[in-house]
Amino acid sequence: MVRARDGAARVLAAIRRFAGRWGLIVALAALPVYYGATDLFNGYQAAVVAGHPVIHHDLSKLGFNFAEGLSDGAIWALIAIGYTLVYGIIELINFAHGDVFMIGSFTAVGLWAPLGLGLTTGPLGLAWGLLVTLIVTMLTTGSMNVLIERVAYRPLRNAPKLAPLITAVGFSFILQNIGLLWQGGSAKSVPDLIGAQTTAFTIAGVPILRGYLLSFIVMIPLVFALTWFINRTRAGKAMRATAQDPEAARLMGINTNATISLTFLLGGMLAGAAGLVYALYQTNIWYFQGFKAGLIAFTAAVMGGIGNIRGAVLGGLIIGVIQSLSDSRIGPQWTEAVVFGYLIAIMVLRPRGLLGEETREAG
Amino acid sequence: MSELRAQLAEWRAAFEERVPRWWNRALAILLLVVGVIFPFLTGSSSGLLNGAIIAVAYAVMSLGLNVVVGMAGLLDLGYVAFYALGAYSMGWFGSEFFAKLNIHVLVSPVAGQLPGIHLNFVLILIASVVVCAVAGMIIGLPTLRLRGDYIAIVTLAFGEIIGVIAVNGQSVSLGNGMTLTAGNLGISAVDPPYFPISRAFSLLDERPWYWLIFGILLIVLFVNLRIRDSRLGRAWVALREDEVAAVSMGIPLVKTKMLAYAIGAAFGGMAGAFFGAYYTTVNAGQFQFGFSIFILAMVIIGGLGSIWGAVLGGLLLGLINNYLIPDVLNDLPSKFGLHFQLTSVEFGIFGFLLVIVMVLRPQGLLPERRRKLEFTSDLVTTTDTQLAEPSATSGGVI
Repeated sequence: MVRARDGAARVLAAIRRFAGRWGLIVALAALPVYYGATDLFNGYQAAVVAGHPVIHHDLSKLGFNFAEGLSDGAIWALIAIGYTLVYGIIELINFAHGDVFMIGSFTAVGLWAPLGLGLTTGPLGLAWGLLVTLIVTMLTTGSMNVLIERVAYRPLRNAPKLAPLITAVGFSFILQNIGLLWQGGSAKSVPDLIGAQTTAFTIAGVPILRGYLLSFIVMIPLVFALTWFINRTRAGKAMRATAQDPEAARLMGINTNATISLTFLLGGMLAGAAGLVYALYQTNIWYFQGFKAGLIAFTAAVMGGIGNIRGAVLGGLIIGVIQSLSDSRIGPQWTEAVVFGYLIAIMVLRPRGLLGEETREAG
Repeated sequence: MSELRAQLAEWRAAFEERVPRWWNRALAILLLVVGVIFPFLTGSSSGLLNGAIIAVAYAVMSLGLNVVVGMAGLLDLGYVAFYALGAYSMGWFGSEFFAKLNIHVLVSPVAGQLPGIHLNFVLILIASVVVCAVAGMIIGLPTLRLRGDYIAIVTLAFGEIIGVIAVNGQSVSLGNGMTLTAGNLGISAVDPPYFPISRAFSLLDERPWYWLIFGILLIVLFVNLRIRDSRLGRAWVALREDEVAAVSMGIPLVKTKMLAYAIGAAFGGMAGAFFGAYYTTVNAGQFQFGFSIFILAMVIIGGLGSIWGAVLGGLLLGLINNYLIPDVLNDLPSKFGLHFQLTSVEFGIFGFLLVIVMVLRPQGLLPERRRKLEFTSDLVTTTDTQLAEPSATSGGVI
């Protein structure tokens, strides 16, 4: 009797260990594997020619889902890094961050006309113009983020943790209404400068659109630059030290307030870049876009392991793919529920996220 | 600045010493009387009365969230889920929505003739409490192992999922041509409450609505005060302050947390059910994430963990949002030659208020006694016990 119970307990413990280590991976792999298998065995309707559906039995639809998802995910990754940096250093869910991204989109679109960017601009002019837009937008959103930190978070450094959360929400509402007064209440379409929906080339039957390329061309160098900055420079070292233990960092002579400001600057700059990419790629902007993007990016940051930059990128890409799969297979109206369902699954199976370390809070 | 504060604190202490014992009780009775006769001071369906009804219902929700966030210290960002479930209980059990069914229990003669499920308001209120308490526990389950912001994330996710289901419930079939919700069209013509002895609940005379929700507020307030001073209330506070210590002193973690979620959710469900009847429609568009934050702001502005603070926060923000901005100040920008209405930026104003209040008074307007000590202990160190714990403000999670 005792031995039987012992055995059962051992089996249960093994299952729990397995779920802790592999549960999340299995959950994440479930959707693509399932849909890949149905595509292969049952086929899918690729087109309708002369009234007859054309059924394909290959993986190119899945490949297309992945391409679309990864490029969406690149945008989420840029925003998620901002969340993860801020959370890593002052343990605050910066609710205003998604709206900083929205302001980034609006600033970028607002700059096109003064810079003379339009549908008729040549490729060289376009490249220069967009580079200028990118830099100005990043500086704007970065300094705005620093300003928000100075006004709304720094005075509350020693208040209960919920207080800055509420001011963050307050600033989120303020920014949304600035956007509302600036560009009006409904979604607004902007000129498709780069021809985002044009196919650049095709790999194995999967068309790669220009918009997809763009998001990676912007995301990859920025992420590398950021990683270099944090790992190799003195200021980056100060950031890591402050994230580990603000008090000890201060005692070692690090100006923690300046370091936190720097963190907000970097996060805001990446959000601005994401804003530009989003405007170019989606070709419409809306004052409410930041809210949803913020929630998704935050989910991504948690999925990767909050406080971890590589985790944020990975989480962003994964969320993008989940969204894209759900959009095309389950139906776009359920996508949000699917993403948040995954979020809960992560919290249950592996609270520290994919790449995060075990912490006291997430134990 | 700090001298000024110290001076103020000194004056307040002196004032509190001189106030007689019965002062608090007298104040409560005065507030009660003002609350009851309030509708006679306004028109029978004025903007102010309408704003007050909504504000009182918000106060009920704020009390519910205060149990979870304030007393038990579990940051819940998905409270809108219980608003939704309460309102849908009202829609499901008190309208023609399930037109294929014919169930009538103790309803008005008018509603008795209509198809669909029609239960008495009180029965639906109880049903919504049960539904929400169960849902609260289900949402609480995955968060038992988590702490702090991670709880916030899970509850947020649940709130959003319930919102998505509410919108898309139109396409979820329950068989027999019936669906789960009516999505953005809304479940419409929800029965007004019916009590044989009272005046009719109509949109022309809003006074009965006010007294109904005021009565609900009093009940919820009473329950809250009793729970706060009970074994359970002390267990919540202990868990909030130090989970490990509380558990090792023998507080049952799972039961205590689950009860916090269930009770908090139940109050939200009551207010939600009332809103379903008052708005006469249950529309998926009502259940946005912003609403969770709105209720949370009430709790925090009032003072986290403070029951009277939660009531004050709910009334204050409810009136600002539903009376002051739309009815009183709406034309303000046009007087300055600006072409927008104040209602279009109400959330911006509201955000601004949140920032101001938090920066100037992070402990809230009516802080709980325990927290007030934490906040002022470094300003006025009058006793040795406060001197002994100088780091009380920086230690706690949340």
